[in-house]
Amino acid sequence: MNGGVTKRSVGLVAAALAVLVVLPFVVGTYFTMFVTEIMIMGIFALSFNLLFGYTGLLSFGHAAFFGVGGYMAAFLLIHGFPSLPLALLLGTLAAGLAAVVVGYFSVRLDEIYFAILTLGFGMMFYTLVHQWRSVTGGSDGLTGLVLPPLGIGGFQVDVSSPRAFYFIVAFFFIVTILVLSRIVASSFGLILMSIRENKERTAFTGINIRAYRLASFVVSGLFAGIAGGLFAVFDRMASPSMLHWTASAEPVLMTVLGGAHVFFGPVVGAVLFFVIEHVITQFTDIWMIFLGGILIPLVIFFPEGVLGTLLARRRGKRFKGSGGDKA
Amino acid sequence: MSLFFMNFLNGVSLGMLLFLISIGLTIIFGVLGVLNFAHGSLYMLGAYFCFQFVSLSHNFLGALLLAPLFVALIGGVIEGTLLRPVYGRDVSFQLLLTFGVLLVLDDAVRLIWGSGYHIVDPPAFLGGVVRLAGFTYPVYSLFILFIGPMIGLGLWGFFRLTLWGKKIRAASMDREMAAGIGIDVNRLFTGVFMFGAWLAGVGGTLAAPLRAIGPSMGEKIIIESFIVVVIGGLGSFPGAFLGAMILGLINAYGAQYLPKATMALPYILLAIILLTKPRGLLSKES
Repeated sequence: MNGGVTKRSVGLVAAALAVLVVLPFVVGTYFTMFVTEIMIMGIFALSFNLLFGYTGLLSFGHAAFFGVGGYMAAFLLIHGFPSLPLALLLGTLAAGLAAVVVGYFSVRLDEIYFAILTLGFGMMFYTLVHQWRSVTGGSDGLTGLVLPPLGIGGFQVDVSSPRAFYFIVAFFFIVTILVLSRIVASSFGLILMSIRENKERTAFTGINIRAYRLASFVVSGLFAGIAGGLFAVFDRMASPSMLHWTASAEPVLMTVLGGAHVFFGPVVGAVLFFVIEHVITQFTDIWMIFLGGILIPLVIFFPEGVLGTLLARRRGKRFKGSGGDKA
Repeated sequence: MSLFFMNFLNGVSLGMLLFLISIGLTIIFGVLGVLNFAHGSLYMLGAYFCFQFVSLSHNFLGALLLAPLFVALIGGVIEGTLLRPVYGRDVSFQLLLTFGVLLVLDDAVRLIWGSGYHIVDPPAFLGGVVRLAGFTYPVYSLFILFIGPMIGLGLWGFFRLTLWGKKIRAASMDREMAAGIGIDVNRLFTGVFMFGAWLAGVGGTLAAPLRAIGPSMGEKIIIESFIVVVIGGLGSFPGAFLGAMILGLINAYGAQYLPKATMALPYILLAIILLTKPRGLLSKES
């Protein structure tokens, strides 16, 4: 999935970077914001897939960390916190802390029990922000974020314009890709994948399964927190719906759409998710039925997702039919 | 004291509804090995079918008879066309597949009946209130209290005494062995899924006069039913009953004694039980 650095892949990366940089100058504000949101959800889905695709743990409560990151950043920014990067950083750390606590308990369980327990923890966080009105604003959420200007090398940059914020998100998007792709290609990442493939055998080699799973859980939570902080700034608000279990389902859907066993699968899934939503909501608000209608045949016939299936076809491998998946 | 008693009745009647839904969920899991995310949507369909039937014919008992049958038919189609190809796969994938079904069913309901809420009146002979220990209590809730145990008893008899019930229990203990002794597992799976869907439909129909019928009612109940079956023990019949009662009573008494925390209580309970008894209170495996 993350093969050697070939000329081809360098060219691809350069082209992708060039498109990312040029894009907001070519397209209008609406499309700039559209791509901004895709990148934020791309970070979220990538973070989720470290757990799902690489460690083999299906979390159905990942929105908790997305929400904690978002609420922390939003809380600081509505109370006049002077630095945007620091607010995002603190949001990320808060999400990481939440992930330490939730992960400590959750990684003891497997499969469906893990999914249900993370769902339960996620909903605990949801009820917390929903009920703790004095701090979180209850069901109204936190609104009216003030964005302090960003100081870069002596310049004061106003980040409230869609284009400036686009570049901030693009920066975090690239950092996320660099860090996570390093992680999954490292020996740490290999151990995660071996845990996914066979927990017992990996344990026999002397590896502490729980510790590795917890590490994966926390890293995943940290990046979900970054995405949440960016999302709150993007929306200028943090609302309880960020933490609801249906929000946890979104990175799951994106990852399955794109493919859980290829690194960029979740990103491709995020793009597809938003394009499908964008196209269908032109005609009707009821678009989840189409998403479901796409998800069902995808799970049955293409369990490796769109990108995963395309790459497998290109490599000339026969697509593994039913029963070949171990996610 | 009487408020305590009222909450007991409320909790048990909520528990009865949860039991009807959860028992289907847990039977399907026990036999087919699939945790059906769309089960709450089947319950919702039961409520909508009931609403449609009552608004056409004004006959609640007819709706109680027909609506669950329609839900069972839809369940049969889902099992035969969508679930059958993925039985060999990982549980996570089946969860995702049934989540796709949930998305489709929930939005289909929005397309057909709109996003607004609907109300079904209880039938005339079950309408109104009675005076109980100084409080007024809706007759319909008493009806639920009565019919819940009846259905529970009927199910117990079905599983203990009939051939089909015994086949289902055999298959839930060991699928391969059941196939080995000549049970047609394919037909059994379809039958079990339809039966579970029927129970969800009965739950939805009975809930229709109690709760506002809206497109999000399935989303809410499925999480509660997950909690019920997990704390009781996935696949366990008495476990589903115990879990449903616990959750119903927690909801009722939580609202009385801990109004601020009542929303979080089921999740806290879920976490505590999963972490101390990972396979639930009354699981078959230890």
